[in-house]
Amino acid sequence: MRDVAIVGIGQTPVGEHWDRSLRDLAVEAVLAAMDDAHVRRADALYVGNMLSGTLSFQEHLGALVAEYAGLEGIEAVKVEAACGSAAAALRQAVLAVESGRVEVAIAVGVEKLTELASKCTTNALAMAADADYETVMGLSFVAINALLMRRYMHEYGVSKEDFAAFTVNAHANAQHNPFAMFRAPVTRQQYAAAKMIADPINLLDSSPVSDGAAAVVVVPAERAREFSEKPVRVAACEVGTDTVALDNRANPLWLKGVERSARRAYRRAGVGPEEIGVFELHDAFSIMAALSLEASGLAEPGTAVRLANEGAITPRGRFPIATMGGLKGRGHPVGATGLYQVVECVLHLRGEAPEAVQVENVQYAMAQNIGGSGATVITTILERLTP
Amino acid sequence: MDIPRNWRLREQRYRLQGTRCTACGECHFPPRHVCPRCKGRALEPYRFAGRGTVYSYTVIYQAPEGFEQYVPYVVALVDLEEGVRVTAQLTDVDPEEVTIGMPVEMVLRKLGEEGERGLILYGYKFRPRIEGSAGGGP
Ligand SMILES: [Zn+2]
Repeated sequence: MRDVAIVGIGQTPVGEHWDRSLRDLAVEAVLAAMDDAHVRRADALYVGNMLSGTLSFQEHLGALVAEYAGLEGIEAVKVEAACGSAAAALRQAVLAVESGRVEVAIAVGVEKLTELASKCTTNALAMAADADYETVMGLSFVAINALLMRRYMHEYGVSKEDFAAFTVNAHANAQHNPFAMFRAPVTRQQYAAAKMIADPINLLDSSPVSDGAAAVVVVPAERAREFSEKPVRVAACEVGTDTVALDNRANPLWLKGVERSARRAYRRAGVGPEEIGVFELHDAFSIMAALSLEASGLAEPGTAVRLANEGAITPRGRFPIATMGGLKGRGHPVGATGLYQVVECVLHLRGEAPEAVQVENVQYAMAQNIGGSGATVITTILERLTP
Repeated sequence: MDIPRNWRLREQRYRLQGTRCTACGECHFPPRHVCPRCKGRALEPYRFAGRGTVYSYTVIYQAPEGFEQYVPYVVALVDLEEGVRVTAQLTDVDPEEVTIGMPVEMVLRKLGEEGERGLILYGYKFRPRIEGSAGGGP
């Protein structure tokens, strides 16, 4: 086994790209990452995506994206793990290069959610849950998170209004990110007045339906400087799982998948939660931000919402999260999100994040991508390599 | 379109039938192939009594396709007496009156229909428990 590094990053703006197809988006991100790494070829391509078959009637993305990115002929496959697909693709790229079988691997995440009417998208996203025992009851993916949020409020005596801190932080940061979908701040008053979707989750608790693609180039760390002046080491990229259906978990408020994935990542990287300078977590809903902080060891159970209200999560706080908008503000193109998070961590470690949100002297940055309500979790820890 | 699939699920939907591990006694719903607790594979069918309490709930205002006409409706996580949690709609109740911890019992109701001329799905829902009622559905 050998160390691996990320030497190139690429991302498309997140938004509703009516004029662009799934393959357009994926190719743009791949080419941007290849340009950033100054490479013209690669040995393997891993494409993270959740819903291309359902919404674009297109599967077989590995070969398709390879062909259109000018990489025809190389090893290329699609990787799917619901909203965790992109980081799951990164995991494959990391394993391939670590093993010595592959020298230059590309991981890209791509999602095109605005192809069909929004009802179709809502139903498609619910496929991350258990079709026979959850979705059939009229439960949308939002509603599953609402069940978590209601119980959290009940058990820990937290009010709905207190969750505003996550939304306000995400949007405040997103306004500085040129790739973010929403570039205007949101106030607590706006949060309180937002339309209810599945009580207690309102529109401003939820990440938006978006299109986008993000990619990275992975090479052996010993060769990293051939490609980049600011390579970033992949200290860990670890997967944990949990039950798909929420009701099969003894304590739904403790995300075991997150705990398993984060613990494996800390162990592999040889660091603890206190050494993480930036944490790009999976805030698809405000409640997921709180539960992720707790199960990742950054906050005691039941305390994350209070810490958020004390300012701990802002770029100048104790553990900055959603520094470029998170899923809430940057947007959540589901099967691409995990690589947006990684790209943003790389920008922090290179010192190339937008000035207003750049966290100073970050040695370790952590990205955590979650599939479903916590059934698949991939935690990636990245380390700055000093010349 | 989904006829075989819904037919296969009839024991679960109509009778709340799961499995019970013959080695450790743990009950499961949905039915399992391997006991999550002891990893035993000798499981027998087990029918739940259908009595429980609300663990959490949500009132849905923006429904998925096929459920629009029921808005607002309540979906809950229900803790059954046998120590298993299930996801189901609550029925015969004002959404305003639902509380965590509320006692409920299973009833058999229409879950939805697949289009105007499609299959009508029936299955378990839960209603506030009526004292003296046996519960358990049909
Ligand atoms: Zn057992």
